[in-house]
Amino acid sequence: MALLTLTTKGLYCEAGDFFIDPWESVERAVITHAHSDHARPGMKAYLTAMSGKGVLHERVGATAKIEGIPFGQTVEMGGVKVSLHPAGHLLGSSQVRVEHKGEIWVFSGDYKTQPDPSCEAFELVRCNTFITESTFGLPIYQWDDSRVLYREVEDWWRANQVLGRTSVLFAYALGKAQRVLAGVDPEVGPILVHGSVNRFLPHYEAAGMPLAKAEYATPELIKQHKGRCLLIAPSSVQGTTWLKRFQPCSLAFASGWMTVRGNRRRQALDRGFVLSDHVDWPSLMETIKATGAESIGVTHGYADVVVRYLKEQGNEAWVLKTEFEGESIQEVDSREENAE
Amino acid sequence: MKRFSQLFSEIDRTNRTNEKVAALVSYFNEAEAADAAWALYFLTEKRLSRPVTGRQLLQWASEASGFDPWLLEECYDRVGDFAETVALLVSEGDKILDEPLSRMVEEYILPLTDMGESSKRSIIVDTWMQLRKTERLLFMKMITGGFRMGVARTLVVRALAESCGVDKAILSHRLMGAWQPDAEGFQRIVSTNTSDDLGALPYPFYLAYPWEPEKEESFDVSEYRIEWKWDGIRSQLIKREGEVALWSRGEELITDQFPELLLAAASLPNGLVLDGEIVAWSGGEVMPFGELQSRLGRKRVGAALMQAIPVAFVTYDLLEVEGDDLRTVELDRRIKKLSELIPPQQLGARIFTVPELKASSWGNVSKWREKAADFKTEGVMIKRRSSAYGVGRKKGDWFKWKVDPFTIDAVLVYAQQGHGRRASLYTDYTFAVWDGKELVPVAKAYSGLTDKEIRKVDAFIKKNTTGRKGPVRMVKPELVFELAFEGIRVSSRHRSGVAFRFPRISRFRTDKPIEEADTLETICALLPPQAISQPTRMNQLELFPDAG
Repeated sequence: MALLTLTTKGLYCEAGDFFIDPWESVERAVITHAHSDHARPGMKAYLTAMSGKGVLHERVGATAKIEGIPFGQTVEMGGVKVSLHPAGHLLGSSQVRVEHKGEIWVFSGDYKTQPDPSCEAFELVRCNTFITESTFGLPIYQWDDSRVLYREVEDWWRANQVLGRTSVLFAYALGKAQRVLAGVDPEVGPILVHGSVNRFLPHYEAAGMPLAKAEYATPELIKQHKGRCLLIAPSSVQGTTWLKRFQPCSLAFASGWMTVRGNRRRQALDRGFVLSDHVDWPSLMETIKATGAESIGVTHGYADVVVRYLKEQGNEAWVLKTEFEGESIQEVDSREENAE
Repeated sequence: MKRFSQLFSEIDRTNRTNEKVAALVSYFNEAEAADAAWALYFLTEKRLSRPVTGRQLLQWASEASGFDPWLLEECYDRVGDFAETVALLVSEGDKILDEPLSRMVEEYILPLTDMGESSKRSIIVDTWMQLRKTERLLFMKMITGGFRMGVARTLVVRALAESCGVDKAILSHRLMGAWQPDAEGFQRIVSTNTSDDLGALPYPFYLAYPWEPEKEESFDVSEYRIEWKWDGIRSQLIKREGEVALWSRGEELITDQFPELLLAAASLPNGLVLDGEIVAWSGGEVMPFGELQSRLGRKRVGAALMQAIPVAFVTYDLLEVEGDDLRTVELDRRIKKLSELIPPQQLGARIFTVPELKASSWGNVSKWREKAADFKTEGVMIKRRSSAYGVGRKKGDWFKWKVDPFTIDAVLVYAQQGHGRRASLYTDYTFAVWDGKELVPVAKAYSGLTDKEIRKVDAFIKKNTTGRKGPVRMVKPELVFELAFEGIRVSSRHRSGVAFRFPRISRFRTDKPIEEADTLETICALLPPQAISQPTRMNQLELFPDAG
């Protein structure tokens, strides 16, 4: 019997009577991470990883009933053993392991296997059925070593300083922005952040993540540092009068989508840094194999393509049509605005 | 190729014109002439003849990357650029090639043409694996043609002028014709010796701005000459040292396509350059542009075709006579000289002048324009009598005032992703109209929407896909658009039986339900009467490139 099934409200575990990352209001929701397509307000009770509790409150409200559990600790729900394991996507992001009558299912949430000092490293969990995301499930997506990318960001930043331009780096307010802060060298110059990035920083600090010092971009600081600072902000600020205060600027975007030239050029960006918090194609295939799963569910992203490929390789694979968005260029703006 | 690849990255990494030009200038300053020649060749969007087919490249890329062709096509679907797809999918080995651009082209690409398939394959695949990602992309672009680097030709010329100190007009003149992309050819292009610059090359075409009728008060009609805007191929006819050349505005030498014009030019004096329009001309009047199109792009122009679709060169400007450049002479005086050399239209003439359209007020001009369809022209030209023949486009001298385009309301039924700047967005649409209770596709259109509208339509398409066929998505019929087009003709190649000329989206009719879209019947009513009376003949001449 399927341990996890898809209902109109979301991914449901009947045996344990709980949902994972549901999109409609339910009694009990296990939340993999605090991005708005996975964590929605209005659940009666939330369960998430201990270190992700703070950022989840930022997303769904301070009064929400959220229980945090340490990674690896098992909770029993109606005879089902549930535990959370690091997904490496952002602070406190987890995969959900569900065990019932000797059968183990893992829902990956969003994940990456690349090293990222701003969050807990991905943990491989062996299982019978693995439900994986596939945001970047095409072989064109192959990430370079992120350290190389940080050096490129720094070079770009320095070159902008010479020309008296502010280095504006668009990044997701939660996760990507902090990952950049954990990677770039603060010696290059002052770093300012947009309010939507800033509100998550105390939680990273509390969790002891080694982020570079960054300050909230107040009007005074903007005046003082424009032309030489690195500004990290969501892409929704592009074209706003707020961003004009930093002029002259060079605009860049840190995203896996920057792999494709057209995506960058269409948004009139000067630079695109291929930095993603999702698995790339090789890691996706490696991870699927390493879980030892005999059945693979594939969701948001290129599920059809990945499933066809997996089947051709002799695997049992199926598409799971969820409402998760992964990292979609078009939806970035609306999501970031929701985060404001 | 490293330096060229660096140039590509520099241009690609900025949206600032000045920085692009600066990158080009330093490239031209630093590069060896032999490399600069090829860089210039590709930057001005010249193409090598393609040595391999797309199918072969797909097959080899599949083998080199280890992914099945279907998966490559899925990737291509998202990337929107085949060269880039291959660059992303194939990875380099340990050995990296470091050859100058000229050697890359001359020793790795040009020889491919004369090779057998297996040699082509091994050279191309080996080269892929010995180049880094950006170089691999450039190598693919050189092989497959369609080299667009995000820098307009005018910027390239500007940078080259800055680098070598030769005037921009002279450079564009030199770059127009066929030149050898080697060190010597490049030296000739950038040579500061401009004494023998003429040869068989045309002058840069002088272009007209769209007329703005609401501003007519600020112009004095008596200062302007009114002419028909002919529906043909803008061309320069050149006769120097006994040789005749016909150049299209697209800077293509098209002499071979029109043997009858070549013959007619035999009696013209030497040292002559005429500006005008090649039109399909029969029984003393212009034939639809679709007819003329079937004369283009053919290897052999047979007698039957020449008889079925005779052509003429309507000349309306004289740029050079007895070897003298007349471009700075006033238009009226140029035309007077022209009329002394070239006879007016008469039976059997292939090269002729036509009288100006008399108008004493802007109201008269407007009346002429309204009659354009009767004369099978596109509208009127409004040219300042005192104007010189300039370079490019200059506001205030020459205007074009076209007849309002036809419009229809049609329903979006298929969509495909765009290319280049629009890769990964659905921007190529197919539209349908009602034929009874059925929607039949009538036209494809790419342009006309704002970026915001494109995103909206793209989101709709992604949510409302009802089926897929390769990269094409079938879309739930719901969105109605107004399409504008310049002309319409019978076509047996289109399911609807009609084909449009220059269809484009003029408005997103969010106010219209699909029931109110046009019907095939109303569209057929727009067909010119002779086209309906001669459908068989039109069908026999099914030689047009797809007009959709």
